[in-house]
Amino acid sequence: MKMLEVKNLCISFGGLHAVDRFDLSIDKGQLYGLIGPNGAGKTTVFNLLTGVYKPDEGIVKLEGKDITGLKTTEINKAGVARTFQNIRLFKEMTVLDNVKAALHRSYRYQTLTGILRLPAYYKQEKAMDEKALELLEVFDLAGESEVLAGNMPYGKQRKLEIVRALATNPKLLLLDEPAAGMNPQETGELMETIRFVRDNFEVTILLIEHDMKLVSGICEELTVLNFGEELTHGKTTEVLNNPEVIKAYLGE
Amino acid sequence: MKKKIFKNNMITYALIIAFYIVMQVMITTGSISSLLQGLLVPLCMYAIAAVSLNLVVGFSGELSLGHAGFMCIGAYASAIFSRVTEDSLPDLPRFLIAILIGALVAGVFGFLIGIPVLRLRGDYLAIVTLAFGEIIKNLFNVLSLGKDNEGLHVSFNDAAVMELGEGGEKIVDGALGITGTPRDSSFTIGIILLLLTVFIVVNLVNSRTGRAITAIRDNRIAAESIGLNVTKYKLMAFTISTTLAGVAGVLYAHNLSSLTVKLFNYNTSILILVFVVLGGIGNVRGSIIAAIVLTALPELLRGMANYRMLIYALLLIVMMLFNWAPAAIHFRERIKSKFSKKQEVV
Amino acid sequence: MGFLSYLINGISLGSVYAIIALGYTMVYGIAKMLNFAHGDVIMIGAYVVLTAITGGINPLVAVLISMVVCTVLGMTIEKVAYKPLRNAASPLAVLITAIGISYLLQNIALIVFGAAPKSFPDFIKVPALKLAGGELVISGVAMVTIGACVVIVVALTFFVNRTKQGRAMKAVSEDKGAAQLMGINVNATISLTFAIGSALAAIAGVLLCAAYPSVTPYTGAMPGIKAFTAAVFGGIGSIPGAMIGGILLGVIEIFGKAYISSQVADAIVFSVLIIVLLVKPTGLFGKNIQEKV
Repeated sequence: MKMLEVKNLCISFGGLHAVDRFDLSIDKGQLYGLIGPNGAGKTTVFNLLTGVYKPDEGIVKLEGKDITGLKTTEINKAGVARTFQNIRLFKEMTVLDNVKAALHRSYRYQTLTGILRLPAYYKQEKAMDEKALELLEVFDLAGESEVLAGNMPYGKQRKLEIVRALATNPKLLLLDEPAAGMNPQETGELMETIRFVRDNFEVTILLIEHDMKLVSGICEELTVLNFGEELTHGKTTEVLNNPEVIKAYLGE
Repeated sequence: MKKKIFKNNMITYALIIAFYIVMQVMITTGSISSLLQGLLVPLCMYAIAAVSLNLVVGFSGELSLGHAGFMCIGAYASAIFSRVTEDSLPDLPRFLIAILIGALVAGVFGFLIGIPVLRLRGDYLAIVTLAFGEIIKNLFNVLSLGKDNEGLHVSFNDAAVMELGEGGEKIVDGALGITGTPRDSSFTIGIILLLLTVFIVVNLVNSRTGRAITAIRDNRIAAESIGLNVTKYKLMAFTISTTLAGVAGVLYAHNLSSLTVKLFNYNTSILILVFVVLGGIGNVRGSIIAAIVLTALPELLRGMANYRMLIYALLLIVMMLFNWAPAAIHFRERIKSKFSKKQEVV
Repeated sequence: MGFLSYLINGISLGSVYAIIALGYTMVYGIAKMLNFAHGDVIMIGAYVVLTAITGGINPLVAVLISMVVCTVLGMTIEKVAYKPLRNAASPLAVLITAIGISYLLQNIALIVFGAAPKSFPDFIKVPALKLAGGELVISGVAMVTIGACVVIVVALTFFVNRTKQGRAMKAVSEDKGAAQLMGINVNATISLTFAIGSALAAIAGVLLCAAYPSVTPYTGAMPGIKAFTAAVFGGIGSIPGAMIGGILLGVIEIFGKAYISSQVADAIVFSVLIIVLLVKPTGLFGKNIQEKV
């Protein structure tokens, strides 16, 4: 069964077809890239997949289960987590609390338990701390767990977004330009980390990226989006050598 | 961080208890004016109201302008209960039940108002809570309630014509409000309720639920993307806040024997907001200090009466500009960095 | 006949709400903020007219002076208190500041003019219209108010759709960043919006105080809140919405007073707000605004 199967996804804003008849099929455990020029509709696809927008038409299936038109919260519960192109952290909260907020569903206790500070509160909070630090460690952020998220440098904020998404224990992780604003060395490290995450967290990854080094380095397959429509899809090397793709990127 | 929060909370509790002890000593030694002594229960009421409003404004990031309306509900519900059961229940359990009733009824109204409004974005909560406060004031102003041998009678008639049968007694008399409420409130109970309010708010904020509430405040879309139910947590914060506002109302209703809706107007809602803003949005201890200082000072400096609200208004504007304007924040950071550089040189 | 005369009273009061609501709705549409001080600008406008007329100035000139004063006041408030907070991290910042301004204006008026209501001169010398053999009387003030409202709405619609500045307003309300890139001066456009809204507030102040001939420092507060309710009712950001919302609200209020109870009329008006938000949160003519992700 496919991890993600998208058929004929369409949405238009005031007559503009932002995404038109979009198909996508990703296998379990794949590292898949979605590329295309600016304004091609890549982030809109993410917003459709995560329920931020409701599609006008089309079906989205996660492991065969129809998740089309569900709310963002429900889609996350079904197993899809994401990061954002324009970083959306909980800025006034610590790095640790950003991750613990995302552990919300895995570690539970009642509100009243929290207010009364019953033993379950201490037990679960401790377990959450441990889990959050373990996840932060993967991205080398554990040392800054008490820093306010908004005060961290840009590159680390991007990493923290990935940790936060992972903390919800997703099957499918959507990364929106994870390497934006990073220098080549940081990008190189990020590539390693993304591969590590895929291998160790049993998660399928779909990412949007402009950095061709990252795309060709880690993505196994690609779909190219242009003016809201698919230009082509297939194995990474084939797609990147496709003259039409080169034309779309470089212009006429 | 956790230790810091714990220490911070302990300081807050300690300050409240210290305030209580100092006041008690002053009362027993007779070195307190009767004016200030009469203010002690209202001080507790305003502090509870400010802390509870801070839960919505500071941690949930919504603006409520009807806090006085919820206090009014708590006050009326509990006062009616106390009047009705005055002869049949002993003082202390009756007052405890009255507190629960005031809290519960205000909480239920908060919940009901919150359901439609908290789904919406933007400034709607501000305007709806404002409207709600006015509705409540309006309705209680014409409410008449009496009891006789047949039971309770309610009327919302202008003229408040109510024909009560044998053994009849008016409990609520339109704009004249409720008279003869037992004076169960005391400074000690006020302080206990304040401590309880602080306990509930700070423990809530530093828990799984509180993290969800602040996460939603910081970034709603990101909060949804990690599976948090936005409406549920906004509603929870709002309901708990109105419940505690109800407690503040109970305290007020049982402080003097007569109660009208007069206090519970828009101005009071704004006053409580002023406490929250001046004490620091999201700062529980600040809310308490602001409520106590700003309630006690103007009463003690009577000559300033006319300029009191003017000064509050100016303070509000200046504080907001100073704390939130990007230009001001930038300016402060520049000064700060200059200062720290100088220190390094030395 | 009772019904008809209540209806006309309601439309007249509603026209005042509509004129105030236009100020709210335009400012909200463009600056995306709820200008809590708008109602108090009305009160200032009324005091200015009162002072001018008492000083022997021709009433029409007095109204013009008041419009100028309110315009300057509105623009100053925007510049000093709201503009610095336009990019503040919390949307609450500007809202709370607006409440502060509202309070400031009320308390300045309280110190300058005192708390006692001052009677407002009856200077609208338009004869009342007697219909149906004198059974239905439409007061001169009511006719002037309704007329003013219609003229203002028509003029404003024309301005927004047909003039360069008006279209700039529309552009800024759609997307500030894009408008700036297209060469529109966003600051000037927002300033102009506050100017127009405040000038309208001055007119509303005169009409309100002509119908209910007294002024206090709190004269503007309640009509301001009701007018905002009207703007939400009609769909915030919409000019025809503000007019229809205002008139409907005025009619509901007068009918509520006449047929239910004068003491709970305000409660009825505000209940309408809650019901509208429950049933159709975007109001009668409002657009659904989607947040950019």
